[in-house]
Amino acid sequence: MTELLQGVLVAAGIAAAVLALAWASSAALAVGAGRPAATALGDPLLEVCRLLRQRRRTTVSADVALWRLGGWGLLPVALLLGALVPWGEESLVPTSLGVVWANTLDVLVWALVWLLGWGANSVAGLVGGYRFLALALAYELPLMFALVAPAMAASSLDLAVIAGSQEGLWYAVWMPAAFVAYLLGVLGFAVRGPLSAPAGQETSGGVLAELSGPDLLVVRLGRHALLGAGAAVAVPLFLGGGSGPWLPDPMWVVVKALVLTASLAYLAGRLPVLRVPRLLEIGWVVVLPLVVLQDLVVAVVVVT
Amino acid sequence: MVETSGVLVDVAFWVCAAVAVGFGVLVFVVDSMARATYALALSFVATGGALLLMQQSYLGVIVVLMMVMEMAVMAVYMVMFMGMNPALMPMSMVHSHRWAIGAAATTFLLLGSGAVLVPWPVRRGAPAPDVTDALGRAIMESHMLVMMIVGPVMVATIVVGVVLSSARTRYDRLGDDLDQPAADPPQEVR
Repeated sequence: MTELLQGVLVAAGIAAAVLALAWASSAALAVGAGRPAATALGDPLLEVCRLLRQRRRTTVSADVALWRLGGWGLLPVALLLGALVPWGEESLVPTSLGVVWANTLDVLVWALVWLLGWGANSVAGLVGGYRFLALALAYELPLMFALVAPAMAASSLDLAVIAGSQEGLWYAVWMPAAFVAYLLGVLGFAVRGPLSAPAGQETSGGVLAELSGPDLLVVRLGRHALLGAGAAVAVPLFLGGGSGPWLPDPMWVVVKALVLTASLAYLAGRLPVLRVPRLLEIGWVVVLPLVVLQDLVVAVVVVT
Repeated sequence: MVETSGVLVDVAFWVCAAVAVGFGVLVFVVDSMARATYALALSFVATGGALLLMQQSYLGVIVVLMMVMEMAVMAVYMVMFMGMNPALMPMSMVHSHRWAIGAAATTFLLLGSGAVLVPWPVRRGAPAPDVTDALGRAIMESHMLVMMIVGPVMVATIVVGVVLSSARTRYDRLGDDLDQPAADPPQEVR
C-alpha cells in the first residue's frame, strides 16, 4: 500500500515538473519574441482562465473523434516522456529501453499533429498537417541517429545508465552534433521556432486554425510540455543527469531541465520560421551526414 | 503476490489481443481513409502491448514506433491515391467482398488449424538473459548478410517508387549537377 502511495506521489511530482517546464517554455518563448518578462510570466495563467471560459467553435463535417484524439493526446505524450526521465536514482517506469521509448513517444506526435490538422476539416488545418509530416521527415532521422550516439557511448539504452556513465565529461561536450540534432528534433515535435511552419501564421495557425476553448488550451499546453519534456530527456542523455556539486541529484536534473527548456524556448522565440522544403534540405543534406559522422567518431572512441 | 500479478498479466494480454482484433475489424467497418488507417495503427499498438507482455520489450516498443510512423505516412498516401475529400465524402473500405471474405476465412482456418493441431515441440534450451542483446547479435552477426542485402533493396524500392511517381525531381529542377537556379514553384502542376 505504501508502495502504491509512493508511486502516486512520484507521478504527481513528475506531472508538476513537466507543467513547470511548460510554463518556463511559454514564458521564455514570449520573452524571446519581445514581450516584457513580468507579463510573459503571468500570461499563461490568464490564457488558461480565458480559454477555459471560451465557447467551443465547430466546423462543418469535422471528424471530431480524430480531431480530439490529436489534440488531447499531446499532453499525455509529454507526461510519459517526463516519466521516462530518471529524476533521482531511476525513472518512474523502470525500463532498460528508455532511449527507444523516448523515440517511440516522439513518433506518436507524428500521428497526433496530422490528426489535429485533418480532423477539423478545414483547409488551413489540412495544410498544417501535411506540412508537419514533411517537417517530421526532416527532423526525425537526424534525431534518431543523434539518439544512437549517447546509447553507444554508454553501451546501454537505459537513460539512468547513460546519465551515470558521463563521469567528468558531459556527452553534450564531445558529441555537439548529436546534441544539436536532438534539440532540433525537440523543436520539431513541439512545433516551435524555425520548425513551427505547421502552425504558421500565414495559414491562420495551420493545425491550430479551428481550435478553441479547452481544446486549444490542451494543444498549447501540450506543445510547451513537449518542449519541456524533450529538454528534460536531454538531461540524462547529454548533460550528465543529476551529477553536480552541492545540490541533491533530483534538484540538479530539475535545474538543468529548466535552464535548457528556457534557453531553447527563448531561442525559438528569436528565430524566424523556415519553409518546410528548406528545412528538409538542411536536415538531410547537412545535419544528417554530420550526425552520422558523429556516430562514427563515437563508435571509434568507444572501440579504442 | 506472484499469482495475482500473473493473473493481471493474463488479463492485460487478453485485453490487448481483443483491442488488436477489434480495431483490426474496425479498419473495414469505418467509412474514411483516415479512420481506417488510424484504426490499423491502434491495432498495431495493441499488438506491441501484447509483445511487451510476452517480455519481448524491444520488439514491442519497435512495433509501436515503426507502425505509428508507417501509418502516419500511409494515411497521406491513401488519401493521395484515393483523392478523397477530408471527412466530407464517406467511402466504403472494402471491395470484392466475397473473394476477400473467402480468402480471409480460408487463410484463418488454415493457419488456425495449424496452430491448434500441430503437436508443439518441447522447449529446448533457455531464452538469453538479455533478449535485446541477443536480438542485436543475431542481426549484426549471424544474419548480417541478409540485412546487408535487404537494406539496399528496400532503399532502391523507395527511391524507384518516388522517381516513378514524381513528375519532376530535383535533378530536373536544379540540373544534373544540382547547380542550376531553383525553379519556383518547385513542382510544376501538370
